[in-house]
Amino acid sequence: MAAITMSNIVKRYGDGFPAVNDVSLDVRDGEFMILVGPSGCGKSTLLRMIVGLEDITSGEMRIGERVVNTVAPQRRNLSMVFQNYALYPHLTVFENIAFPLRLAKRPDDEVRRRVTDTAGLLELTDHLERKPANLSGGQRQRVAMGRAIVRQADAFLFDEPLSNLDAKLRGQMRTEIARLQRRLGVTTVYVTHDQTEAMTLGDRVAVLRKGVLQQVGSPRELYEQPANLFVAGFIGSPSMNFLPASVEGTVLATPLGRFELRDERKAAAAAGRRVVLVGLRPESFEDAALVGAAKRERGAVVRVRVDVTEWLGNEQYAYVPYEAPEDLTARLRELSRELDGDQMRTQAVVALDASSPIVAGEEAELWIDTAGLHIFDPATGANLTRDEERVAELGRHSERVRAAKREAQRVGPPS
Amino acid sequence: METARAKAMWIAVSLLILVWTVFPILWIVMLSFKRPGEIGNQRGFLPHTWTWENYRTVFETDLFTAALVNSIGISLIATVVGVVFATLVAYAIARLEFPGKRLILSFALAIAMFPVVSLVGPLFDLWRDVGLYDTWPGLIIPYISFALPLAIWTLSAFFREIPWEMEQAAQVDGATTWQAFRKVIVPLAAPGVFTAAILTFFFCWNDFVFGISLTSTDRARPVPAALAFFTGESQFEQPTTAICAAAVVVTVPVVVIVLLFQRRIVAGLTSGAVKG
Repeated sequence: MAAITMSNIVKRYGDGFPAVNDVSLDVRDGEFMILVGPSGCGKSTLLRMIVGLEDITSGEMRIGERVVNTVAPQRRNLSMVFQNYALYPHLTVFENIAFPLRLAKRPDDEVRRRVTDTAGLLELTDHLERKPANLSGGQRQRVAMGRAIVRQADAFLFDEPLSNLDAKLRGQMRTEIARLQRRLGVTTVYVTHDQTEAMTLGDRVAVLRKGVLQQVGSPRELYEQPANLFVAGFIGSPSMNFLPASVEGTVLATPLGRFELRDERKAAAAAGRRVVLVGLRPESFEDAALVGAAKRERGAVVRVRVDVTEWLGNEQYAYVPYEAPEDLTARLRELSRELDGDQMRTQAVVALDASSPIVAGEEAELWIDTAGLHIFDPATGANLTRDEERVAELGRHSERVRAAKREAQRVGPPS
Repeated sequence: METARAKAMWIAVSLLILVWTVFPILWIVMLSFKRPGEIGNQRGFLPHTWTWENYRTVFETDLFTAALVNSIGISLIATVVGVVFATLVAYAIARLEFPGKRLILSFALAIAMFPVVSLVGPLFDLWRDVGLYDTWPGLIIPYISFALPLAIWTLSAFFREIPWEMEQAAQVDGATTWQAFRKVIVPLAAPGVFTAAILTFFFCWNDFVFGISLTSTDRARPVPAALAFFTGESQFEQPTTAICAAAVVVTVPVVVIVLLFQRRIVAGLTSGAVKG
């Protein structure tokens, strides 16, 4: 077990394109770190540099106390689960899992004992004599995991291990991976583009964009206190709404309506600026008719025309189109494209209570929880309302969560 | 309607090709069972009296048995050495980026296209000077160089099919490049290696031009060349039946191997042609 320390890591390909640009990241001993970002953001490249399958152009990579920049993969003592599992088709499940031990020339009885233990842990005992070709997707995935955990590696690296599974299995394996990592307490770096995996698995999440590290923090921190537009838009589903707003004293005039900034800190952040981008999560909206008077006071109520509604049973989404200035529209579309989406029109996505009777095509009153809004600089994308105190508090909270999760697994569930 | 007609067409064409290819073999087999005197005296495709006499003659002739030993030995050695070389070269071509890679591939192709006959003369002179004439290595060396191109092309197609991740996984698991190659890549490429081996073996086994030109005695003469030196019981008798018997003896193993492994051979030859 070891910490992984990356300092100013750069990966430049032959054409001079920096796939990973000046990334500094500390993965602490035993920590579950998620690398997340849209496709092509350099997350897999970074992972492959940790494991040694990709050369490091510049910067320093440490595993434990050792600088491993020029150490061959087989000498780094890391184990990896590949996206397509990379099982050895000519070997049985037993031999697949035993492969790293055989290479390390372990005595036969030790190999048998450890492979049997691992197989028991992953419920593969009945399949040990089968070949990978005869296994289901989930079983193959578990074999790949088995091969990774069978030896005492310093860290586990996962490269989108669940992306080839169907939704249901993915959910099961996700909890399985979380449980396993906490039980074994091994440093883990996990690459994914899936938000749910990022939010549920990670002790901390590192968001990458075009090879540049945007923010590292606990899932809660990323969600509540995003550092910039990109992180705010990337984390959360559906994405955060960005509304252009002109500042008039402590009042923000948005295409959806005007509302007052009551929070002094936020008012101060917007003061002196003409135009800002207001970030509002879909959850910050509610059907005004369903909001009690006391709560109503704490936010603002706007009258809008709802374009489309989607009723999902447990909740309901409404789409509210709005007009925005040309230059900001272009900026927002560019952002949406970067986030692997392609929003054609400027519209706000609003999450309503499932019981809300709002009908598409009609005017409706929406209540906005203005306490949850963020204000972004439209030019740099920086979050002007990030609360450092709250960030620190969230940091302490995530430490507690992490310790509790590991403790829960150490005791072990009644099995 | 259409499919039924198409099916009938396919059957007809297949039958035609089958007759076309099987008939000569069948003919040789029939001749090999005829009595030596029967040819030219009695008409008929089937032997009048079936006899093993020719086979007995063939196996009692030192000329043939020595040639058989030569053929087997030379072909096997050439195959093993050639396939080992080809495997290493093909792996390098499929996996590594190095200057001159395309050159090697086109060079290999050029060799495969080079007319063998034009090399026989120079080789004959050279071999006599360096003392390789009429020896096993004297045949093994040219066999390897002419069998290599096909083997390299077949094998590199196979290696390219094996996902890079296999090897990277092995490396992460603690294998050196050589261990990854030996424990993961070679077993996975086994069908390809096997195909290359069979093709190389056939090439050596069937060769006549080198066999007859670069040998002069039983020391190294392979079967196809030796057949030409058969003589009859007396000068009035043609050794046709004995030659046929010998031909059957050397053809049958080839046919059997092909029948047994035809799936693999086809898989090996077409691998890389389409995405699996």
